[in-house]
Amino acid sequence: MQLTEIHIAGFGGQGVILSAMVLGKAASIFQKRFATVTQNFGPEARGGACSAQLILSDSAVLYPYVTHPDILVVMSQEAFNRFTPELKDGGTLVVEQDLVRVTGLDGKKTIKVFGIPATRIAEGLGKKMVLNSVMVGFFTALTQLLDADAVRRAVSESVPPIFRELNLEAFEQGFKQGKVASGKGGTELELQYTAED
Amino acid sequence: MKADPRGVLTGEHFIDGDHACCEGALAAGARFAAGYPITPSTEIVERFAARVPTVGGTFIQMEDELAASITLQGAVWGGAKAFTVTSGPGFSLMMEHVGYAAMTETPCVFVDVQRGGPSTGLPTLPAQADMMQARWGSHGDYAIIALCPNSPQECFDLTIKAFNLAEEFRTPVMFMMDEVVGHMTEKVVIPPADRIEIIPRKYTQKPAEEFLPYKGNGAMVPEMARTGEGYKFHVTGLTHDERGYPNMTPQIQDKLVRRLQNKIQFAADRITLCEEENLSDADVVVVSYGITSRVAQRAIDQARERGLRVGKLRLITAWPFPQERIRELAGRVKAFIVPELNLGQMALEVERAALGKAETYPLTHAGGGVHNPEDILRAIVEARR
Repeated sequence: MQLTEIHIAGFGGQGVILSAMVLGKAASIFQKRFATVTQNFGPEARGGACSAQLILSDSAVLYPYVTHPDILVVMSQEAFNRFTPELKDGGTLVVEQDLVRVTGLDGKKTIKVFGIPATRIAEGLGKKMVLNSVMVGFFTALTQLLDADAVRRAVSESVPPIFRELNLEAFEQGFKQGKVASGKGGTELELQYTAED
Repeated sequence: MKADPRGVLTGEHFIDGDHACCEGALAAGARFAAGYPITPSTEIVERFAARVPTVGGTFIQMEDELAASITLQGAVWGGAKAFTVTSGPGFSLMMEHVGYAAMTETPCVFVDVQRGGPSTGLPTLPAQADMMQARWGSHGDYAIIALCPNSPQECFDLTIKAFNLAEEFRTPVMFMMDEVVGHMTEKVVIPPADRIEIIPRKYTQKPAEEFLPYKGNGAMVPEMARTGEGYKFHVTGLTHDERGYPNMTPQIQDKLVRRLQNKIQFAADRITLCEEENLSDADVVVVSYGITSRVAQRAIDQARERGLRVGKLRLITAWPFPQERIRELAGRVKAFIVPELNLGQMALEVERAALGKAETYPLTHAGGGVHNPEDILRAIVEARR
């Protein structure tokens, strides 16, 4: 695995930081690679801007921050507006499609855009809270950076036992859609891939 | 002596530096903490409060930092290994009792997860601006030990070292983390208890009537007495004689304060830890510590890729400062570059130790983020001119 910079951003309460923790744990504990997670959040418990930076590598990570992410996952419009300009040319943008309108990007960059209605799927499972596990599943299938079983294990060990099954189900739902999306290869910058297409 | 397995969470964990520090304290045998939780150090005592009852210990949330920093010393004299945890504003309040711990030779650990200051400053953002406070914060003369981890793994490993040094030298040890290291999550490997070396408290074997609680042994570090075994002694912040009784003559003051200073300074070679790379051919050396050392590493690597002869010296112990090493390097390098998240604190030490034989360039940053590695690279290029 080359050094891969991943930025996950949204609101406090969406499980942004836990998503990064799950992916980092899968990489560093279950796949014996190196992962570093840093996080930014305001004093609010919920609703404020929140972002997590995850760096995956085959060798020890030195500089702990993401400078130009290879992959950007955004779950709010504010996060999209703020962080998309930092995305690397040729990078991958993953959006919560019901919460983010992909607009006004600098067309000079070629990026692949993938969308999933993670919140709606989570609501369908009975708990909006698990939208992050939907997103983690989607991310895992889409990027193929990490071994799916390693991520499943990390999800399982990172959530309270009472919500384990629900989160694993959420992961699978996201994973399924990620496989479909991956097959279609994403869309051009100006367009937006929707899972229902 | 090996660690008590009850406190050792052997295995591979994906945890942040704060939690790793807590696990280091438990592995080191800490069974008491008193604190007034403050961002970005809160997670340390939060975890300790949850974990310590399972191994037989106590956490007390105190009314303020003054209370926290003196309560832990009561616990130490009662026989526990103890620590407190804070950040800038709390660290300032604790200074009186850092001096008390130095004067009474109470082995303990003060953890400071540094954030931007002065005053309330930047509660959730990093700085490294308490480095001089760690050395000189309390009034009077004393020497201190301070360690600077740069990863969650080191937060574990060096917390154990901090407790060990506290016992070996009967001194407060400052554990100088920063917000980034505290809140950064990485893999932390906790070895089995039988592979963790612990320095136990040195209790006297002398009979009660011969015991002098403040008479230095060969290494100038007095032995302690076990509470409840019939030893009678006095612990005071007043200048005291070898029995511990107040004696405020210039002669006793001189003898005591010099010993407090010398017991650490004379062992500085043994205490100081640096991580060095490429110093043999270097004409510029980047001196850094804590999170900044990882930022600097990127610049150093880039510079070496360009063929620039840059060396790295990372301070793992900030205090005692490795002045002999800097002095020796100053004789053969052109310049030192000292990036740090403050307006130039350890840079002063580098400059002092270099004795003008090499230039010292502070690379300051007021905190709230980390340096841009490109700025460090630029400084390296300019320093070679």
